[in-house]
Amino acid sequence: MTTDNMEDKIRQFILTEFLPREKPENLHNDTPLRTSGVLDSVATLRLVTFVEEEFGIRVEAHEASVENFDTIDSIAAFVQSKMTGA
Amino acid sequence: MNPSHLCSYLELNASRFAERPAAVDPDGTTLSYCEFNDRADRVAAFLIGQGVLPGDRVGVVLPKSTEALTLIFGIMKARAAYVPIDWTTPAERISQILASCKVRVVFADPGLQVLNSGDGKLVSVDPTTFSTILSHEPILGVLPGRSADDLAHILYTSGSSGTPKGAMLTHRNLTSFVDWCAETFGGSEEDRFGNHAPFNFAISVFDVFVPIKLGGSVHLVPSDFGKNPRQLARLIADRKLTVWYSTPAIQRLLSEFGELDKLDFSSLRLVLFAGEPFQIPALRRIMELWTRASFFNLWGSTETNACTFAPIPRPIPADRTIPYPIGKPGSHCQAGVFDENGDPVAPGQEGLLHIAGPPVFVGYWGLEANNFMVRDGIKWHNTGDVVREVEGEGFVYVGRRDRMVKRRGFRIELAEVERCLFRHPDISEVAVIALPDLLAGKRILAILVAKGETTPSFIELKTFCNQHLPDYMNPDDFVFSNSIPRTSSNKVDYQALIREYQTPAGA
Repeated sequence: MTTDNMEDKIRQFILTEFLPREKPENLHNDTPLRTSGVLDSVATLRLVTFVEEEFGIRVEAHEASVENFDTIDSIAAFVQSKMTGA
Repeated sequence: MNPSHLCSYLELNASRFAERPAAVDPDGTTLSYCEFNDRADRVAAFLIGQGVLPGDRVGVVLPKSTEALTLIFGIMKARAAYVPIDWTTPAERISQILASCKVRVVFADPGLQVLNSGDGKLVSVDPTTFSTILSHEPILGVLPGRSADDLAHILYTSGSSGTPKGAMLTHRNLTSFVDWCAETFGGSEEDRFGNHAPFNFAISVFDVFVPIKLGGSVHLVPSDFGKNPRQLARLIADRKLTVWYSTPAIQRLLSEFGELDKLDFSSLRLVLFAGEPFQIPALRRIMELWTRASFFNLWGSTETNACTFAPIPRPIPADRTIPYPIGKPGSHCQAGVFDENGDPVAPGQEGLLHIAGPPVFVGYWGLEANNFMVRDGIKWHNTGDVVREVEGEGFVYVGRRDRMVKRRGFRIELAEVERCLFRHPDISEVAVIALPDLLAGKRILAILVAKGETTPSFIELKTFCNQHLPDYMNPDDFVFSNSIPRTSSNKVDYQALIREYQTPAGA
């Protein structure tokens, strides 16, 4: 799976689940989501479950961090690294 | 030694349980009772050297650590009051609180933005400064004049005026609560308590001071762990905690995301919850995963700490669907249900729950209004919670008549959220309402009128609120409207808004 493809899936999930009435063009791949308060900790838990199920990876407890899950870019990079075993 | 002072618990155990662990850091580092007491005496000496006088306030804006706890006890040994502020709070709000109660000194995390500490001396706490503080010769014994009526701490909560208000609690208030807890829920030096709540929340009083009274240990949970159910679950199991106290929201997240069935919780003997109703399906789930524990529902507020309680039967009867009552008052306080005029209601009738006795706070810092009513020589505090008494069960929570709500167990004055949004440059009017929500208890919706053509996006508004309010007060959603409905007296018609935006499913 390409990173672009991955980013799209993540972006769609976020828009549908958490930003249903936001204009998609307001969500950039580098828009801070956790550190800005747009998504709270409960939303992050749901996002973790989503990437585990969608991409078949296992997110360890300490990896479900603000750093890994703050932007679409960082989430995609994290997922990529888990899938390639990096 | 005066037994009605929080520091007495530590001082008594410094000899009785000298080598036993008193406090445990997130990374597992342990502080023994004698070390803890000695360090706190050195902190007190440092503070006195900085000019801190009895009755002064000292801010504590630090992540969870035994250092923070040591500073807190040192502050109290110097007969000053600690003012704890969650270090993740927006900088502007931190400054507002510190200035409001005119702190003499503030201990802050070095990573924080430069604070305006008002006239207070800013002490940035890193390992070097902490060592320097500990190099002071400890004060010897108890400071002269120490009294149960010394202010122990000021806990700031959401304020309906738009600025946070500081509830002042004395050592008498807090020891009456702690003593009641030890008596009611038992415990010994073998107990290991978790502390999930930040120090500015009343739940932390139980978490920290009950184990210290017993000679047991308090295991500090940092806030990032607290929001990560898998890590939190692992900590509770690995440390073999015996006592856990948190909001239902946290326990529900643990049962849903914590993978509890993979871990061993056989040590957990006592679980308390407070802050919001615990929906029965979720309560059943956690009770099935924490099988050895006795569960209790507690009710109270920052102003009184927990003062009613109800045991949860095990198993919960299969036909039970509504949340359990808040229960009966503890032996350390009195409870009464009164109407708006201050007259007692008939048995079983709805009315405002009032609490009297030693655990009731002394007032809000700098504010006249404190919701006290004196009747027949008893000073009652009006909690604002509407209840009715049910024979045999104690009190059942009905709701509130004002604009204070609980969401995920956090207390929010909707007016404070409105004040924040009103400051946004593109907004001319705002009304904030709370709608029922099955999961969070309440959903916060802000209705906004734009000044001009620009309507800020959802992302922008969430980000804006995050800069001025604690994260738990950030609205769930925003809608723009051409106008806000008003009553004939030109006040916002909140009832009309609730009718307009409520959905049948409450979702």
